[in-house]
Amino acid sequence: MDSVGNIIVYFIAAIAIAVFSVLTVTSRRILRSATYLLFVLLSTAVIYFQLGYQFLGAVQIAVYAGGIMVLFVFAIVLTHKPNDRSGVLDTHRRIVGLVASGLGTVLLLFALFYMPLPHDASLAECLTSGREITMQQIGEAFTGSGRLQYLLPFEAISVLLLACIIGGVTIARKR
Amino acid sequence: MDLSILWYLVPSVIMTACGVYGFITRKNLIAMLVSLELILNSADLNFVIFNRFLFPGSMEGMVFTLFAVALAAAETAIAIAIIINIYRSVGDSDIHKVNKMKF
Repeated sequence: MDSVGNIIVYFIAAIAIAVFSVLTVTSRRILRSATYLLFVLLSTAVIYFQLGYQFLGAVQIAVYAGGIMVLFVFAIVLTHKPNDRSGVLDTHRRIVGLVASGLGTVLLLFALFYMPLPHDASLAECLTSGREITMQQIGEAFTGSGRLQYLLPFEAISVLLLACIIGGVTIARKR
Repeated sequence: MDLSILWYLVPSVIMTACGVYGFITRKNLIAMLVSLELILNSADLNFVIFNRFLFPGSMEGMVFTLFAVALAAAETAIAIAIIINIYRSVGDSDIHKVNKMKF
């Protein structure tokens, strides 16, 4: 049995995700669309916090809601005039989009409700049976090379970020 | 009322569906990238949910999501650099006007 507070927080986050996801892809002003995406990302961070992953929620807010959204707003302001609206969708394109996303949703919901899950525990049970994840455990998982430790991907990501910096500067610089 | 795994997976399904719809219907490159972020974010959310509900003793889903967030940051930075470059040479970021390569 989950506490009432958890249920309320879940419904606020879930409804915010649903509403703002729809607004993100239907809004005709692109800056508003990016702002709605920011709200979706923040609601996702709320769900991470609720599931007990505090570090991941903080990373989600800092990297996604902080870093990536700044990049998006920067690019939008560079490439759009203020009050620029995208044109009205033609029906053909809208129908194709609706059919594709509708088919995908039906397939995913079918998979969700008809595939057997190993066990059907509530959030409270999972939070009590799982151990608390400390910063020390996260640090050891990223800096060890043993079983269930990820030093190699961690280093690969750092090289990738370096390549990304150099690539970004090379592509976007003025010639 | 119990908050089971299904409750948490439903917002993720909605996010994916909206991302697919936006990716098909949008004509602007940045708007398509925004839709792509929605799909990516719902995949991250799924990793974390399955980790918490099916394997509460381990933290592998969280670690994968951390890597996915770093990858998403790199991918967005490069994509936006390319879009700005396209805007500079074509004058628009509409996909219907970007129909020529160098020659």
